[in-house]
Amino acid sequence: MKPFIQDLAAQHGHQATHLLAMLRAVQARFHYIPEQAIGQLAGLLSIPRTQIIGVAEFYSFFHLQPRGQYELLVSDSVTDHMLGKHQLMGYLAEKLKVTVGGVRGDGMVSLDNTSCTGLCDQGPAGLVNGRALTRLDVTKIDLIAGLIDQQKPLEQWPAELFQVADNIYQPGLLLGQPIAYGSALEATFKRGLQETLAEITQSGLRGRGGAGYTTGWKWHLCYEGPEEDAFCDIDAQKKPQRYVICNADEGEPGTFKDRVLLNRYADQVFEGMTVCASIIGAEQGFLYLRGEYLFLYDKLQTVLQQRRDAGLLGTNILGQGFDFDIEICLGAGAYICGEESALIESLEGKMGIPRNRPPYPVTQGYLGKPTVVNNVETFLAAAAIAVHGGGWFSGIGTEKSKGTKILSISGDCARPGIYEYPFGTTIQTILDGCGADDVLGVQIGGPSGTFISNQEFHRKLAFEDLATGGSFIIFNNSRNILDIVNNFTHFFAHESCGFCTPCRVGTSLLKKQLDKIVEGHGSAGDVVALEELCRLVKNHSHCGLGQTAANPIITTLERYPELYQAQLKKISYEPGFDLDAALETARRMANRNDAAAHLAQVGEDHE
Amino acid sequence: MSKTITLDGKTIPFEDGQTIMQAATAAGVYIPHLCHHPEFTPHGSCKLCTVKVNGRNCSACTFPAAEGQDVLNNTQELTDDRKKITQMLFVEGNHFCPSCEKSGNCQLQAVAYHLNMLDDHFPLFYPHREMDASHPDVLIDHNRCIFCTLCVRASREHDGKDVFAISGRGINKHLIVNSESGQLKDTDLDMHDKAAHICPTGAILIKRTGYQVPIGQRIYDHHEIDEVSLLTEQHHGE
Repeated sequence: MKPFIQDLAAQHGHQATHLLAMLRAVQARFHYIPEQAIGQLAGLLSIPRTQIIGVAEFYSFFHLQPRGQYELLVSDSVTDHMLGKHQLMGYLAEKLKVTVGGVRGDGMVSLDNTSCTGLCDQGPAGLVNGRALTRLDVTKIDLIAGLIDQQKPLEQWPAELFQVADNIYQPGLLLGQPIAYGSALEATFKRGLQETLAEITQSGLRGRGGAGYTTGWKWHLCYEGPEEDAFCDIDAQKKPQRYVICNADEGEPGTFKDRVLLNRYADQVFEGMTVCASIIGAEQGFLYLRGEYLFLYDKLQTVLQQRRDAGLLGTNILGQGFDFDIEICLGAGAYICGEESALIESLEGKMGIPRNRPPYPVTQGYLGKPTVVNNVETFLAAAAIAVHGGGWFSGIGTEKSKGTKILSISGDCARPGIYEYPFGTTIQTILDGCGADDVLGVQIGGPSGTFISNQEFHRKLAFEDLATGGSFIIFNNSRNILDIVNNFTHFFAHESCGFCTPCRVGTSLLKKQLDKIVEGHGSAGDVVALEELCRLVKNHSHCGLGQTAANPIITTLERYPELYQAQLKKISYEPGFDLDAALETARRMANRNDAAAHLAQVGEDHE
Repeated sequence: MSKTITLDGKTIPFEDGQTIMQAATAAGVYIPHLCHHPEFTPHGSCKLCTVKVNGRNCSACTFPAAEGQDVLNNTQELTDDRKKITQMLFVEGNHFCPSCEKSGNCQLQAVAYHLNMLDDHFPLFYPHREMDASHPDVLIDHNRCIFCTLCVRASREHDGKDVFAISGRGINKHLIVNSESGQLKDTDLDMHDKAAHICPTGAILIKRTGYQVPIGQRIYDHHEIDEVSLLTEQHHGE
C-alpha cells in the first residue's frame, strides 16, 4: 500500500486541496480508506489525520470499512421508485446474496442505496464502482450477478449496461444552435471585455442553478471587488488571483440536464467559463463534476486537451496574451456540495460545509480569493450571449426571466428527457410536450422546490412564478403524495451536512414526525406540530438545504391538508411508537410468541 | 460620531469589523449563544444567536454590524424559536442533568433555564454514544457533545494543536480526536490546555474535579447566564 499512497500524493503534488481526488483513488483501489492510508496521507500532505477521517466520513462514496470488490449502489430517487426500484432492489439482494447496506461474506460485492444519480429519464439507475448503470431490469440484474460471480473486470462488462442516452426532445434557443468552436472568445476579444460584460448584463441572464442571481452582476462584483482581496501573499509578483468555477454538482433529485450539456455541449460550457475568466481576470478554472458523472470524466479531459491544442485554453489564448486553464474535480456523493460555498470547501479538500456569509465567494471564494461560481447552463448561455449579444437573449422570456430554461423532465410521461422552453411557458404546455396525461401534480425544481397540483397548470415557468433549477418530475393519479413527500424528506435528512442545529436535528425530526403520521401513529395535534417544525427548520437553517428541506411537506400540506388529516387516528391520545413492536425484544428474550405476548395499540378499541 | 445600529429599538454604537454579537455585548445586551466565544473565530452553527436584521434571520455571532441595521433580539418569537433550537440540542444527545457533574456550570443547561425550557418538546433520539476515559486527566462523554467546535477551535487557535475535530455528516456528526488509536490518551492533549476547559456542556471534563464545588454553589445556581456571559465577555479584549 505504501508505494501506492506515495505515488498518489506525488501525482497530486502533495496538495491537500486534492484530498478528495486522492481518497477517490484509494477507495477505488482498496474499496475502503484503510487506516494505514490515512496515517500515511496525513504525513505526506502535512494535515491532521482528523481532516482525512472527517472527509472520508462526510462523503457517501468513501468508507472506513471495506466495501465489496464490486460496490453496487442503486438510486433511491422517487423516479426510480416509480420505475419499480423497490422490487428490483429486493431481487438484486436475493440474486447477489447480499443485504442492502451490507457486504457479502466473501467480500466480493456490497449493495446499498444512493441519492439520485441524475439518470431519472432512464432509471432505475445505479452505480457499480462509480460507473453509471441505466434502465436496470431483471434481465440486466441476472447478467450483472453472473459477471460478478465470474469476477469479470468492469472493462469486460457489456457496454449496453453503461449506455447513457441524451434524450433531447425539445431543443430551443441554446440547444438548437450551438455556437461555433471558439466563436464566443473571438467575439469577446473583438468586442472588448467590458463591452462583452455589458452584453451579458444586458441579456438579463440569471443563474440557472436555481437561485437566479444576475450573472453579469456577479461577474462585475468579482472583477470590481477590492484589489487587495485578490492579491496572493505568496506570489512575489503580487498578481491578483481570481477563480472561475463551474458547478456541475447536479444533485437535486430529478435533474440531469447538466449531464447532457457536458456530454454534448462541453465545448460551449468551457468556452463560457473562458469568456468569464477573460472578463474577471482569472487564470484558473475548475469544473466541479459530481462523482456520479464519473463516466463523463475522460471525455471531458479530451475536450479540454483539444481546446488547449486549438489555442482556446492554456497560455496566450487566441494570441491575446491571456492565460487560463480548467481542471476537473470530482465530487464524492454529497448533495450539499451543490451549494456554492460548500462546493468551494470541497474543492479545497475539506468536508462540504457551507460557509458563513458574508463574505460571499465573489470577494472571498476559493482559497479566499474572488471567485465566480456559476451553473453549467449559465456558462452555456453566457457563451451564446457573447456571440449573439444581449438583445438576442433578452428578447425571449418574461420581464424578470430572460431567455430559455433547460428542463430535465422525468416521471409519468411518454418522453422523459431534456426540453428547452422560453421562460413564461405554462406548465400545461410543457406537460403536453412530453406526453403527460392523467396528471396528479408536478414537482417543480426538485424536492427543494414546489409541488403543484393539477389545478395550477396555467402557472408559468419563471423566477417570478415557478422557479426551477431544471428538475421537473411528473406524477400521475396512481401515485401516493405522502410516499413522494416521505422520499424527499428522508433525502434531506440523509444529505444534511449537520453543521447547524436546525437542519441537523430538524431534518431528522421532520423525518420522524412525518413517519409517525404516515405510519398511522399520529394523533390530533401532530400535523400542527409538523407545521411548526417546518417553520423552524425553514427559518433558522444556515443554508439553502435546510431552508428548503421542509418544502415537500409545506407545499403538499398547503394543497392537500385532508391527506395528512386522514392519516391521523380518530382518538385524542395515541402513543408515538408501535406498542407491539416495542415488545419484540422482550418476546425474543422470553422465547414467546403466543397471543398473550402481543399488545394491541392503545385506543384501537375505541375507534 | 460613531456608527450605530438599532437593537430592539435602542441605538447602540459599533466599530467597523464588529459583528452584531460584539456590538451587542459591548453595549451590555446579551444575545443567547453556545458555539460563540469571544476568543475564537465565530462558527455560526448553534443558531441560538439568531436575530432579525432588517427582517431577515441572521446569526449575530458572524453577521457584520452595518450602519442603519434594525436588529431584533429580545422578541417573544425569537425566544420561542431559540427555546426550540435548545430543545433540539437536548433531544439529539443524551443530556441527563441530574446525573451530570457539569450541572450548575453547564451553559446548555443555563441557556435552557434562561429560555424557560421546561420539557424536551421533541421526541428523544437516545443515540448510542461512547465515552473516552482513556486520558489520565481528561474525560470525553460523547453523550453531551453539541458540536459547537469550541474545543476544536481552542486546540487549534489557542493551544497550537489539532487535538479535536468534528467528523461525519448530518445527524451522524461526532467528535473525533487526533491519534492513531482514536483515543484521547494518545493525543498530545494536556489537562492545562484551553481545549480541555472550554466545553460549554459536560462533554469534556477534567477528571477528579467534578464535585469539588458542591451542587447548589455553582455558577448558574446563583446567576443567570445573561449576567455571567456579559460579565466575562464584555471585558474580553479590553
